[in-house]
Amino acid sequence: MAIWIDENTKVVVQGITGREGSFHAAQCREYGTKVVAGVTPGKGGLNQDGVPVFDTVKEAVEKEGASASMILVPAPFAADAIMEAVDAEIPLIICITEGVPVLDMVRVTHFIRGSKSRLIGPNCPGIISPGKCKIGIMPGPIHKEGSVGCISRSGTLTYEAVQQLSSRDIGQSTCIGIGGDPIVGTGFIDALTAFQEDPATEAVVMIGEIGGTAEEEAAEYIKAYFKKPVVGFIAGQTAPPGRRMGHAGAIITQGQGTAAEKIEKMRQCGIHVVESPAEIGSAMQDVVAQKSA
Amino acid sequence: MKIHEYQAKQILIRYGVKIPEGKVAHNSPEAYEIARQLGGTVAVKAQIHAGGRGKGGGIKIAKSPDEAEEITRKLIGSKLVTPQTGAEGRVVQCVLIEEGLNIQREFYLGIVIDRSRQKPVFMASREGGVEIEEVARKSPDLILKETIQPGIGLQSFQARKIAFGLGLDAKVIGKAARLMSALYRAFEETDASLVEVNPLVITEEGELYALDAKMNFDDNALYRQPEIVQMRDFLEEEPPEIEASRYRLSYIKLDGEVGCMVNGAGLAMATMDIIKMAGGSPANFLDVGGGANLEQVKNAFRILILDENLKAVLINIFGGIVRCDVVAEGVVQAVKEVGVKVPVVVRLEGTNMEKGREILKDSGLDFLVATDMADAAQKVVQAV
Repeated sequence: MAIWIDENTKVVVQGITGREGSFHAAQCREYGTKVVAGVTPGKGGLNQDGVPVFDTVKEAVEKEGASASMILVPAPFAADAIMEAVDAEIPLIICITEGVPVLDMVRVTHFIRGSKSRLIGPNCPGIISPGKCKIGIMPGPIHKEGSVGCISRSGTLTYEAVQQLSSRDIGQSTCIGIGGDPIVGTGFIDALTAFQEDPATEAVVMIGEIGGTAEEEAAEYIKAYFKKPVVGFIAGQTAPPGRRMGHAGAIITQGQGTAAEKIEKMRQCGIHVVESPAEIGSAMQDVVAQKSA
Repeated sequence: MKIHEYQAKQILIRYGVKIPEGKVAHNSPEAYEIARQLGGTVAVKAQIHAGGRGKGGGIKIAKSPDEAEEITRKLIGSKLVTPQTGAEGRVVQCVLIEEGLNIQREFYLGIVIDRSRQKPVFMASREGGVEIEEVARKSPDLILKETIQPGIGLQSFQARKIAFGLGLDAKVIGKAARLMSALYRAFEETDASLVEVNPLVITEEGELYALDAKMNFDDNALYRQPEIVQMRDFLEEEPPEIEASRYRLSYIKLDGEVGCMVNGAGLAMATMDIIKMAGGSPANFLDVGGGANLEQVKNAFRILILDENLKAVLINIFGGIVRCDVVAEGVVQAVKEVGVKVPVVVRLEGTNMEKGREILKDSGLDFLVATDMADAAQKVVQAV
């Protein structure tokens, strides 16, 4: 078991004929993901390395039964691409694209409310259920099948955490990069809720960053409802206030969103927070050992 | 992106927001002339990209053109230190000279994105002229909030709710509601991430003015805001940060001695954190991005080692889309071209890491190779 994606997930890639789209569609297929269609408006009828290309997402759903979409279109077109996938009733939409305007995301999240779709991202590495399905740009080989769920706001830092787990023979059920922007489709709590219900997930790694209050809200949720152990890390303990640290969402504003506040809150709520990013794997090892003892 | 107060006012005036009469002066004779034309008492306001100017002595009242000239002479070219600039302060390039008003009361108005609600939120408070953070800390009940529905915008009833909540007189409610709608339109149409009028003032004559104005913009939306892009003031930014933005690199100068080059914002922050934990201090934040090419890596390294305080460099790359061999090649080329006088610790992991390590070894240059993040931090701190 895993959450949201597995070996039966059928993926349509929006922007499949672009440089990024074609490369990552091929990488996902190599991992074993069922990439059933691509969409590039105006290029319907083409064939991209054996994958049929359609003009619209609706056609990809009707003709190939796509159940998830991976979006790799340039930022000015990302909001439109997401809404097209929502309109086609794709259950899971993963937007990898970086640099989407915040007000576009305000409209998109409003558009999605009440629909049949879940959005992951934008500005994220995607989602992977090791051994089953990879929809995203993360390096597949560092992952290992297992029972730890990962949720993270960042990309490469998640790879770092995953590698620390895999090298200790701790596999993962599903790893989700929720994205580094101020407004994202899926938050920590959404993913935690799904992990709670997934019998294959026994513990969770949660990686946050400075900025906003999403980690604090997730911590409250964990204290109240989440029954599995959580190991946490917050990046940006040394970040200066008022400066955007790469990610649009990673900024300490109005004195809010500091790492110290988040860490304190998470600890109060029973999360095993490590201070060093090099200790994520070993902390989870301790948790796993305690569970089996 | 940030802009100056006078630029924010130029934008707001187009939306129908009332602004005090005034003009920008770049030197003291100009200030004299503007003050003379305005007549009476004027305000002289230093234009820098940081708040807290009043506390730092950057906002002064002048009772005559001579006084305005004198204040301007002292301000322009001086370093203004405010609670938000840090100890190094900011050099004042120009001042805004504005007419004096008969102020009766002051308020706060602001629009930001509420991340949890995923919508813009309009905020207001009776505590005008005070930083909203301070009000939020001391008396959060005094902040009025209205969430704005995307596509619908700020409705009149919401603006009235705020206006009555602020205790405004019934006679000016209409005016206040129009001003608030104008502010929201400006926020939405310019892709702002923050609009703040602090204070909004009501005069003895019953007029509402934006006495101060602050606007920040969403960097991701600048591609569709050509007019805003024109307002960028390069003098307000650090030269290496401008240089980095040219290559689409995200660089922020800090005051430590360990230079960092990392791929990915989260890992870059985590690398800074682990350096600190090992007893060092990061000299910068530098994210070469998800799909860095050879040129970007080369330039990143070149910009990074310009820092005079640098005593060592740590390169931490987790290859995904970025290939370790490309990074290694870029670093080797950069070192050969510009030279480097401090030790360089390299940690390469992920896609093509063996190839990357070979390139470093075969370069004949002296790199310290680390096995993981903790090892990298230890090595770089020892090398300082």
